[in-house]
Amino acid sequence: MVQMPPDVVNLLNAALTAELTVIDKRERMYTDPLIPMWDGRHILMTSSVLFSRKLERIKANPKVSVSLNDPVACPVTPFLRATIQGDARVIDGDIHQDWERLLPLWTAKEPSVSKLMRFRFALPLFWERSVIEITPRRALVWPGGDTTQTPDIFDLSEDAA
Amino acid sequence: MKVDDALHQLHRFPHAILITIDIQGYPLAVATEFRVQGRTLTLTPVNTGSISPGDTQNAQVVFSHIHPLPGYGYDERAYIELTGSLSIGKDDWTFTPHRARGWDEKTLPFLELCERALPQARRYMRMLSQERGEPVGPRMGWGWKLFNATRAPFLTATLVPVGLGLAAAAYDGPFSWKLAGLTTVGAIAAHLGINITNDIFDTRSGADEINVTPTMFSGGSRVLQYGLLSMSEMSALAGACYAVAIGSGLALVAQSGTGLLGLGVAGLLIGYFYTAPPLRLVHRGLGELAVAAGFGPIMVLGAYYVQRGHYALWPAVLSIPVAMFVMLILYANEIPDRIADARAGKRTLVVRFSPGTVVKGYATAASAAYGTVAAGTAAGILPAPTLASLATIPLAVRVTRGINRHFDRPYEVMQSLQDNIVLHLSTGALLIGGVLAARRWGRSRPAA
Repeated sequence: MVQMPPDVVNLLNAALTAELTVIDKRERMYTDPLIPMWDGRHILMTSSVLFSRKLERIKANPKVSVSLNDPVACPVTPFLRATIQGDARVIDGDIHQDWERLLPLWTAKEPSVSKLMRFRFALPLFWERSVIEITPRRALVWPGGDTTQTPDIFDLSEDAA
Repeated sequence: MKVDDALHQLHRFPHAILITIDIQGYPLAVATEFRVQGRTLTLTPVNTGSISPGDTQNAQVVFSHIHPLPGYGYDERAYIELTGSLSIGKDDWTFTPHRARGWDEKTLPFLELCERALPQARRYMRMLSQERGEPVGPRMGWGWKLFNATRAPFLTATLVPVGLGLAAAAYDGPFSWKLAGLTTVGAIAAHLGINITNDIFDTRSGADEINVTPTMFSGGSRVLQYGLLSMSEMSALAGACYAVAIGSGLALVAQSGTGLLGLGVAGLLIGYFYTAPPLRLVHRGLGELAVAAGFGPIMVLGAYYVQRGHYALWPAVLSIPVAMFVMLILYANEIPDRIADARAGKRTLVVRFSPGTVVKGYATAASAAYGTVAAGTAAGILPAPTLASLATIPLAVRVTRGINRHFDRPYEVMQSLQDNIVLHLSTGALLIGGVLAARRWGRSRPAA
């Protein structure tokens, strides 16, 4: 198994949001800010059924990218920018509770989630969610965040191992 | 979102993200500097190694903002996504947007965003249901479903007038706890049944369906909109509540006299036809009056009659302030609903009046409620300790100011709606306390 570069892991762990870009059947791109989580092997995100178009698009075309570029949302020192391309799959066997395994990672970044969960009855559809599991294929990293410079490119596919 | 509107907002974002599709079919996103020049963006060329983007009709430029709140999470979320064509020049790259999409939680609150997304949630769950051959929907325990469907927290609207009627009855003579319990059960069941039928008919008329700014105080329980209960389950629930209400009412009639029958039937009919066709009282600007009558004189006098076996004038006078304040709960709660109500033909007073008139109407009704207490005690109709209810005047002033200030902001006005419920409850409690204090201390009330 190819290892994600440690600097990128730090970035993923620190990032409050990342931009997930998906592509629909007609090759049109759609980008949404989501909270990225790293489980040591996959980038994980979660999406409510309310905002599930991205899930439909991923099911039709799993090729996605996750962009970490905002020094405010990704507070690491020294700063760097990264884009990770990968193959996504939607885990929605049980939209009521499959995603709850992400709660420790999610609440670490957004502590208010545990409080909001107590009022789950008030906004029930928001808490019916799917997990987006992204297997990284390639990472482009710009040390210092300067994207005019040549990036370090890491092939993370299984074939490269 | 229109492209021109989006372009005017870009100055708020420190950088852009250029996204193209690489030769392997993956999106390739990279941050860059940008300048808006007319209807195009000039981008600083970026370096993506050996997989550089070329001229394309299918590019995106995305802008994203978030404000971290350590220990809590974040706020001030905003993003704009522009889709268009990218032209690679020697010194600059030019992006021409054709389509824009975005969200700013300052202009579209998150709760409203969620409500607007309901059709997509239903679509996705329908799709999952078809894939699996079994229904996929939101799950919630029956306790919470019933809590939501009946809107149980609004029961204070019933407990106050019933308590007031019982207190007045206790002031005038012997008191039966058994009858008081049965009265309370019947009134609660009637109220819950009315709440449920209100949801059923507001869903059928489309008023709750098109309401994208419901709050915890307005816009219905949403259990039908969220797919937590079906229409038939709601109907069965309403039927059960009405059965308990009617059963309790008939038992009380048997105990206390047929004089209660007319009042009970009037209460149930007013409640049912509040939203139900053909009367649809609330659609005709009569909903506020119906609620005032039902949760004011009808409940107060009904509770009084059960204990005493006759009606009297002074409990009727006593019911006027709580009738006014319960009407004002509905009236203020109609403020965030008014756009959806108007579209559904539900022409409440708030829909009919201008914002200024709505606020003046609130202040006038609240003043009339307090004026009734003052005049009633001055005339010797109400016991003097009920004057304690005037202590809530500052809260009424705060609510008036709050609904005036936040009239057009559904989520900001919520605090005032909550205060408004507290106003009804606290004024009612002080009236009940005033009557019970007069009874306890043996102060006599001139015969009314």
